[in-house]
Amino acid sequence: MEDNKAIVCKDLTKQFGDFYAVNKISFEVLKGEIFGFLGANGAGKTTAMRILCGLSFPSSGTATVAGFDVYKQQEKIKKSIGYMSQKFSLYENLTVLENIEFYGGVYGVSRKEIKTRSEELVQTLGLESEAKKLVGALPLGWKQKLAFSVAIFHKPQIVFLDEPTGGVDPVTRRQFWDMIYEAAATGITIFVTTHYMDEAEYCNRISVMVDGKVEALDSPANLKKEFNADSMDEVFYQLARGAKRSGD
Amino acid sequence: MKQLLVFIRKEFFHVFRDRRTLLIMFGLPVVQIVLFGFALTNEVKNIEIIISDNARDINAQQITDKIKASAYFKVQESVLDYNDIEKAFKKGNIKCALIFPAHFGDDLCHEGKAQVQIITDGSDPNIAKTVVNYLTAIIGDYRQQISPSPTLAYRIIPETRMLYNEEGNGSLNFIPGVMALVLMIVCTTLTSVAVVKEKELGTMEILLVSPFKAVFVLIAKAVPYLLLSMINVVLILLLAVYLLDVEIKGSVLLLFFESVLFIITCLSLGLLISNVTDSQQTAMLISMMGMMLPTLIFTGFLFPLENMPKVFQIISNVIPARWYFIITKAVMLKGLGFTYVWKETLVLTGMTVALLGIALKNFKIRLQ
Amino acid sequence: MTVLGFLLQKEFRQIRRDTTILRIMFALPVIQLIVFPLAMDFDVKSVNISIVDQDHSTYSQKLISKIASSGYFKIVGAETSFKKSLTYIENGEVDLVMEIPAGFERNLVREGVQKIGISVDAINGTKAGISGQYLNSIIADFNANMDVNVKTSAMSQQGIINITFTNWFNPRAEYKYNIVPAILVLLLTMIGGFVTALNIVREKEVGTIEQINVTPIKKWEFILGKLIPFWIIGMIVFTLGLTISWLVYGIVPVGSFLTLYAFAAVYLVALLGFGLLISTYSDNQVQAMFVAFFFIMIFILMSGFFTSTDGMPGWAKVISNMTPVAHFVKTDRMIILKGSSFNDVKQEFLYLVAFAGVLNGWAIWNYRKTN
Repeated sequence: MEDNKAIVCKDLTKQFGDFYAVNKISFEVLKGEIFGFLGANGAGKTTAMRILCGLSFPSSGTATVAGFDVYKQQEKIKKSIGYMSQKFSLYENLTVLENIEFYGGVYGVSRKEIKTRSEELVQTLGLESEAKKLVGALPLGWKQKLAFSVAIFHKPQIVFLDEPTGGVDPVTRRQFWDMIYEAAATGITIFVTTHYMDEAEYCNRISVMVDGKVEALDSPANLKKEFNADSMDEVFYQLARGAKRSGD
Repeated sequence: MKQLLVFIRKEFFHVFRDRRTLLIMFGLPVVQIVLFGFALTNEVKNIEIIISDNARDINAQQITDKIKASAYFKVQESVLDYNDIEKAFKKGNIKCALIFPAHFGDDLCHEGKAQVQIITDGSDPNIAKTVVNYLTAIIGDYRQQISPSPTLAYRIIPETRMLYNEEGNGSLNFIPGVMALVLMIVCTTLTSVAVVKEKELGTMEILLVSPFKAVFVLIAKAVPYLLLSMINVVLILLLAVYLLDVEIKGSVLLLFFESVLFIITCLSLGLLISNVTDSQQTAMLISMMGMMLPTLIFTGFLFPLENMPKVFQIISNVIPARWYFIITKAVMLKGLGFTYVWKETLVLTGMTVALLGIALKNFKIRLQ
Repeated sequence: MTVLGFLLQKEFRQIRRDTTILRIMFALPVIQLIVFPLAMDFDVKSVNISIVDQDHSTYSQKLISKIASSGYFKIVGAETSFKKSLTYIENGEVDLVMEIPAGFERNLVREGVQKIGISVDAINGTKAGISGQYLNSIIADFNANMDVNVKTSAMSQQGIINITFTNWFNPRAEYKYNIVPAILVLLLTMIGGFVTALNIVREKEVGTIEQINVTPIKKWEFILGKLIPFWIIGMIVFTLGLTISWLVYGIVPVGSFLTLYAFAAVYLVALLGFGLLISTYSDNQVQAMFVAFFFIMIFILMSGFFTSTDGMPGWAKVISNMTPVAHFVKTDRMIILKGSSFNDVKQEFLYLVAFAGVLNGWAIWNYRKTN
């Protein structure tokens, strides 16, 4: 195993009946990299991501995440990753501190460490006055930032973010990406899906999925050059135009 | 009008897409009719009895044989003292003991008087009482046999006619009961949940901002359940007639008309519940706990109403299902016409109008 | 083990905050224990009878007053024609109509025999049977006690068999003794079956279960984390129920508390497994509620809660035995009312253990972190 790779996929496929949700995709994600995973609705992003997180079995192909096999070592994968889903996934009827405590504990962080670090975290997020309030009462932007902090609280090797900034205002999105950069700086590999093309520009490298296949994979700059485009928007548009499947 | 049809079709799709809803809608009536019709009975038979014969004479033996011959008992003969009987009761299967004292036959033939003792397991009062009745009858019969009393000078012979149920078809009460219960579940619970679901998903807002009239939204919601409930009524009646051999004595048309009235009552209740709640869970809890339980208890098809405390009897008057139960019993099982049920029909109609009125008014208030 | 600790902590915090569910869980025993025993009285106490007396003679009057004084019957409306009396039955005001024909006394005296007509509303078969029996025995008694008859049969007071009977464990054969223990079972059933199913499905609906599935929490940890809190609540509710039965009805378990609690504990595990199983097959709370309702209704009807299982046909007994509820309803009554020892009911205990094992095993097997 090359030890500078966080994720390695080869011909990964997920099939539901006749339908190929993910069709033979192959790519690699380097350690410490911010990897953007793009695609229109229904292109197969979420399915691929669920396989990599150990939530779903692939139909064929191979993949390793943090050096562990997605067929047999899912529980080991789960120990090494963090995950933040499209749906808000903290418990709304627990307080901020209780949520941190719970998820930290589940990943085996000791109670003592949880205590000191959660206080730090609340401070950095500027949530001191809300620490004992129920999460359900927080505004969406703060919830998302909290969810991200919880997802990396146990210092995973890789964190998977599934459209983390959906429905969030531009200022908060900006702050959110600052947090992502900080996390990446500590050596955490970031695997993120998004709809926002300006966010794609923030990534080190991106892949674009169309109809279950990875149609393009490179740094934003190289992709723009290759497609002779001014912005990622245009790159995406050119690729997605040929899509047969469309979302919703 | 065309729009309305499109809407109603959409609602039908919703209903049929979920297998679990169908389970409740059609599985429930079928299962209930089968269980109530065949499995559940208050009849007492195959009761295990210990006969403790300390006399061992011909008279005790003859009585024992008579008990053995009856279909009600499964006899186990063994001489036991009270302690052993108690042990047997505690093991659970034996429900009753009959004790012949020593010299039973002697006493009977020479003194003209003898004693027997019956001990029952009172933990099931129904069985205990029935068993005493059965045994008393068997022993009395035996007594007649051995010393036939001279024919009484005057005799009144009762001739009993079983009205409405010549075949002695168990208890017919449950058929209208099941109808009321199922309609209540399908109309009230399913309707309220369906409407609240739209609210939760936010699609209700979309419907309300559409040029479609608000009342039509409600009608479109209600119509599929109305139709499905009518199918349910037909299903239950078919099961009753063909599976349980129950004869529908009165006018099917009247029965159907009254059922439609009750369905509308339930739908109004469902709409009302959905108006005052915001989550499916609450709607379900209210309609299941708040509506089903009273229906079960206060209609009188499971528990006799006349034995209940006065308060309960008064409460039962506000339960729509109770009136529907009376009506169906009269029309379906007694074969009576409209003239006999117009009062109940009027009460039910009044309730429906009131409920529907409140539901619609609430709905409008929410719109403004 | 520490992970389980965190799960339990979280679960208890959430339950504590969900006051609606908590309130329902604790109001339920109170309401059910008070309403059901009051409502469930199957004694045929007062039968309404309408008597059509077309004879108006001394004998007919005597018969009527004998019926009136029997304590079983309430005479409603003395009508002159059968047709009119029948309307009482049609309206449901009366259960029986007795018709004393004209010439009743004359025929009795002249021919020694007279028929009278009795019409019973037989829709409720049980009630019809019992009230018919009452009336027949009153008439038989009347026959034997008529002046003329007493004289002729005086010498035949031979061969009398005195029957004495005692109802053990419940001397007055009151229904509440039968029902209260069954309601305790019902309470555990509701908590195990409904509340657990709804709780887990809610995590599915909200999406937090996805987050749990992507953590290294082991299946058994997650499931124990759900079972233990509701098990504890169930046992508290059970204790509350026992207290209410003692305070309100004076029913105190005759048997050992240890045996009773051992049964309740295992039964609750079985039902929690059932709730869990339903939750693994449902995507949202409405589905879970419907499915749970459907099965729990069958369980309860078949368990001997309302009607004894002894009278059931063979196939129904088989189904009844396949529900955990039936086994606990039976043993719960035995322990509370009769004081049956563990030894008396150990076979039932094994059944419950088996149910607990199968239902939970099935649920764990069916719960997938990855699919």
